[in-house]
Amino acid sequence: MGSPVFYLRRLRTLIQTEVLVLPSRITVLVFSLGLLLLPLFTRDPYVLRILILTSIFAILAASWDLLSGFTGQINFGHALFFGVGSYSTALLNIHAHLPPWAGIPLGALGAVLAGLVIGIPCLRLRGTYLALTTLAFPIILLGVVFAIPGITGGELGISGLSRLSGSRVGDYYITVILMLGLGGVMWKITDSKTGIIFHAIREDELAVRASGLNTVRYKLLAFCLSSFFAGIAGGLYAHLMRTAGPSTLEVGTSFQVIIWAVFGGMVSIYGPIAGVFILFPLLEFLRILPKIRMLVFAFIVLLTLLYMPEGLIPWIRDKIEKECPRCKVRNAATRKTCRVCAASLEKA
Amino acid sequence: MLQDIIINGLVNGSIYALLAIGFSLIFGVARIVNIAHTAFYMLAAYFIYIGFHYLGAPPVLAIVLAVPATVLTALVCFRLFIDPIQEHEAAVLIATIALAMVIQEALLVVFGGHYLGVPPLISGYVELLGVRVTKQHVLALGFVLVALALVWVLLMRTRIGLAIRVTAQDREIANLMGMDVRRVAMVTMAVSVMLAAVAGAIVVPLTVLDPHMWMHPLIMMLAIVVLGGVGSVKGSLLGSFILGFAEALVVFLIPMGAFLKGSVALSIMILVLLIRPEGLFGVAFEEER
Repeated sequence: MGSPVFYLRRLRTLIQTEVLVLPSRITVLVFSLGLLLLPLFTRDPYVLRILILTSIFAILAASWDLLSGFTGQINFGHALFFGVGSYSTALLNIHAHLPPWAGIPLGALGAVLAGLVIGIPCLRLRGTYLALTTLAFPIILLGVVFAIPGITGGELGISGLSRLSGSRVGDYYITVILMLGLGGVMWKITDSKTGIIFHAIREDELAVRASGLNTVRYKLLAFCLSSFFAGIAGGLYAHLMRTAGPSTLEVGTSFQVIIWAVFGGMVSIYGPIAGVFILFPLLEFLRILPKIRMLVFAFIVLLTLLYMPEGLIPWIRDKIEKECPRCKVRNAATRKTCRVCAASLEKA
Repeated sequence: MLQDIIINGLVNGSIYALLAIGFSLIFGVARIVNIAHTAFYMLAAYFIYIGFHYLGAPPVLAIVLAVPATVLTALVCFRLFIDPIQEHEAAVLIATIALAMVIQEALLVVFGGHYLGVPPLISGYVELLGVRVTKQHVLALGFVLVALALVWVLLMRTRIGLAIRVTAQDREIANLMGMDVRRVAMVTMAVSVMLAAVAGAIVVPLTVLDPHMWMHPLIMMLAIVVLGGVGSVKGSLLGSFILGFAEALVVFLIPMGAFLKGSVALSIMILVLLIRPEGLFGVAFEEER
């Protein structure tokens, strides 16, 4: 089915006509390349560690967006998937001695199970009820974790997991490539027909059902997909920290995910990823002011929202790109005419 | 044992009731899920601590001063951070989360993470049906009853109460009828935070203060509001006592109960929702169906 040269040529055309014409896509490309090439320039373990954690949380925030942003099923308890993923990965590693590459996907399947367990009752709930109910699940599990210390290790958690890979650079490449890959997969999902149905469910569920689609199936699918990706993030986190502890299930973790995603810009997948890549290193940087670190952080979030209530990334994107009024294709803000239909982009 | 359960259930339930009713009011009127609600409750408790320990005011005066101070702070925060982005629901949500974090961290910076306490207003016990109950608990219950009665009068017997109820039922029609919906929202915010502040004032002598004390009541309050039906005052009241008693029962009857008290209360909420998705007294909002 075609030679590699053919595919390479197609890739080149794609990059030339679809990627290099838009500032936002160039930024994504440069950003990905920069992340991949970074270890050539610095091997500072501290920098690498921050970026590894950032990548893990980027997967988590993007998975929240897949469920809550696209399907509109606002989930206040995303820490549940993260925690279940990391606890089941840890248990598999400790008791069944599974290596990380096998344990993490299986742990993510555990998170999918959790997604089904909360997804099925939550199908009946909408809006605020759903949001506030999902908040309860990780807290219930946290109570259980504390009540059966024999299995979960109680407050200390499960420690002594095997390493993700032999070296820091190895860990870095595993998490960064997984982040870029899974981010791409999630973006592809939201761009596919299924993603459009997710979007439609958020806008008007009744209308989707009226057009003969089984919204229950799609909502459960969204729960499963989202919990799978969040579970992978949880498993990676457990292997990186070499412990799985109750902090993964705390309310603060759920809130943190929402802050990252909404700050970066919901309903875009790349928005939450960018949100994590801005806020997480920022929080680390603020260690220069140890006492008021969180205070400054919360203020920055508050003030940014005041001026960009749609999130940071959509705000920037609208500054550097314009949408063609006729064919709805995005164009660089510097162009005078649309790159596809040549309609004038000047405001009438 | 039984007496402990009853007293604890009643006191916790009534404090949750004050919090949940306030949260329910502002959600109903302005559609704001105010995560910072219990942070204001904590703020009131700390204001009383400041008044008592730093300014040397007598406890009653400290309470009387702390409530308006909290309401004023809340209104300023609301005006500055929430009001300008009211149209964006997600942004309002994290703005309130961030606000709660700001309050928590500010208290951490000023007071550190220590446990602080304020002495009870009155000491000693009374005998109730052969049970010794601290006078402070009796006083707390009395306070709650008075506060609830005042809220009922405000909502049912005054013009502003009518405005709040009307706006909660249908914002758009209220707006079309020439009501200043934003002003109603401000007034509701004031009433709602006042209830939280009163709850804080009642809690102060019964518990220890630390900058994380808002978390547990927040979760219980959210569970109660969902259990009772979002926007229903009656539901919030009933839900508070159900969860308050459930908590007390678990703590006193089950081994490791202190860990499980939140879990059991939240499981009750989920069970109720499985049977009645709109909560006990919920009304399905037109746009949310």
